[in-house]
Amino acid sequence: MQLKSARTAPYLFLAPFVISFLIFGAYPIIRSMILSLYITSGPEAQHFVGLDNYLHLLQDPDFWTAVRNTATFAIGSVALQLPISLGLAILLNRPDIRARNVFRFIFFSPNLMGLVFSALLFTLILAPKFGLLNAGLHALFGLSATTRWLSTPELVMPALIMVALWLYTGFNMVYFLAALQSVDTELYEAATIDGAGRWSQFWHVTLPGIKPVLIFVVVLSTIGSFQLFELAYLLLGNSSGPDQAGLTIVMYLYQNGFLGGDLGYAAAIGWTLAGMVLILSMIQLRITGTGQEES
Amino acid sequence: MRRTIIYSLLMLFAILCLVPIIWLVASAFKANADFQVFAFAPPVDRLTLANFFSLFRQMPFMRFMMNSFFVAGVTVIVQLFFSSLGGFALAKYAFAGKKVIMGVMLATMMIPGPVLLAPMYELIYHLRLVDTHLGLIVPGMVNVFGMFLFRQSMLSVPDEMLQAARIDGCNEFQIFWHVVLPVSRPIIGAFCLIAFMGTWNSFLWPQIILQSSDRFTLPIGLNQMVGVYEADYGALMSGTLLAVLPVVVLFFLLQKEFIAGLTKGAVKG
Repeated sequence: MQLKSARTAPYLFLAPFVISFLIFGAYPIIRSMILSLYITSGPEAQHFVGLDNYLHLLQDPDFWTAVRNTATFAIGSVALQLPISLGLAILLNRPDIRARNVFRFIFFSPNLMGLVFSALLFTLILAPKFGLLNAGLHALFGLSATTRWLSTPELVMPALIMVALWLYTGFNMVYFLAALQSVDTELYEAATIDGAGRWSQFWHVTLPGIKPVLIFVVVLSTIGSFQLFELAYLLLGNSSGPDQAGLTIVMYLYQNGFLGGDLGYAAAIGWTLAGMVLILSMIQLRITGTGQEES
Repeated sequence: MRRTIIYSLLMLFAILCLVPIIWLVASAFKANADFQVFAFAPPVDRLTLANFFSLFRQMPFMRFMMNSFFVAGVTVIVQLFFSSLGGFALAKYAFAGKKVIMGVMLATMMIPGPVLLAPMYELIYHLRLVDTHLGLIVPGMVNVFGMFLFRQSMLSVPDEMLQAARIDGCNEFQIFWHVVLPVSRPIIGAFCLIAFMGTWNSFLWPQIILQSSDRFTLPIGLNQMVGVYEADYGALMSGTLLAVLPVVVLFFLLQKEFIAGLTKGAVKG
């Protein structure tokens, strides 16, 4: 009796996941592939077009604008966030730093605001006349106090990258700090005895020690950046900004599928996005040599 | 000398992190006239609660708040139960198909969420759950990340404890409920905070599903104020401030568990 129960128990315990996965995971994935072969007008009217959605997508200038914008955001935010958050983590990890937990909490605090509410706050911070950013830049560097960040096409993506930088740098730093703290301090002592300088220690002890976390953060940041939607949508609205400067891939998916009603085209955009993200992650893993034999 | 530079750098970044948040608080209490000229914070004698009254006049803010609490509360409780139960099964039992299930879980985490938006909307439409809170809750009943989190933490529960409970006559569910869950309190705290923050900030899916304003959650409701002609920034900031307060309170209650849980999956201790 007891034995039998211990044998069936794990299946019962996992049943909610399996059922939920079948209905809200497996089915939508398959359905999404099928849907991407149709032109639809809302959930009721569908018309089979084969691969036309994908072919059309490749020639759709708006889609490529979205890809370009999204890639700009992803490259800009990952390239800025990671070095800064790693740098801060290294500074905070020095043994002679006091109030480490206070700093860590402060760096993390933008995250408590959350993505949506930070975006709402930045609608005011980026405002041209009485916004904090212009006032600050004017007071500190004498820059123009009337810069229209969200109405100037060239400034839209830099503005979004800046908000993301504010929001996520501390979050990544928490990961890096935890990783740094798990590096064996004896390795540093050994390196010092061997006469290794600071840079040499960084390259030969620190980086290899935190490599798994570093790769984890880089890959996740890239995947996350490519799904940029909320920040752009909340700051720029349905119109996606001047000259579509804030149009992202997911925003284009939303516009087509849920403002335009073409769920089929939206599904095709989704799978194209998934393909791009997959290829990028594989390239990143390949470059960093993850999964291969470590020397 | 070197320490001075390091502290300066840390302080500089700390200021950059805090200034927008302090400004949010200041702006929430700033009189409308003071928005026209830039002032970091208005003089103390001009602080006002007018923005909050204006906010409550303009929109059913408390209604949005209640909706958000309902959706986030139910989602967290349901996810907590199913994810911890699943994590327990993966951590403490050997059974056929375990590898397959964990592989499937990993795969679902790899697929970008937007891929599923269109078919999910179609599904929710056919289930007649469009414009309902159930339409927000039901698709996210099991949190795969949470299952990994619980599995990781429950691996360290000693088998002897489970065996002792079995001898005492507990069935498998009672072991989970009375033995394993109580010793998993830290990870439960971490999971609740992570799941709550995720749901509280959820925007895209509610934006697709919700249509009637009396069902809006806070992000959807507050966003209605953005982009209208002559935006009432004071009211928007007071609403934003009130909207983030629950997360801040929860964070302070669960702080310790949270940092531990956040880094648990990524770093091997």
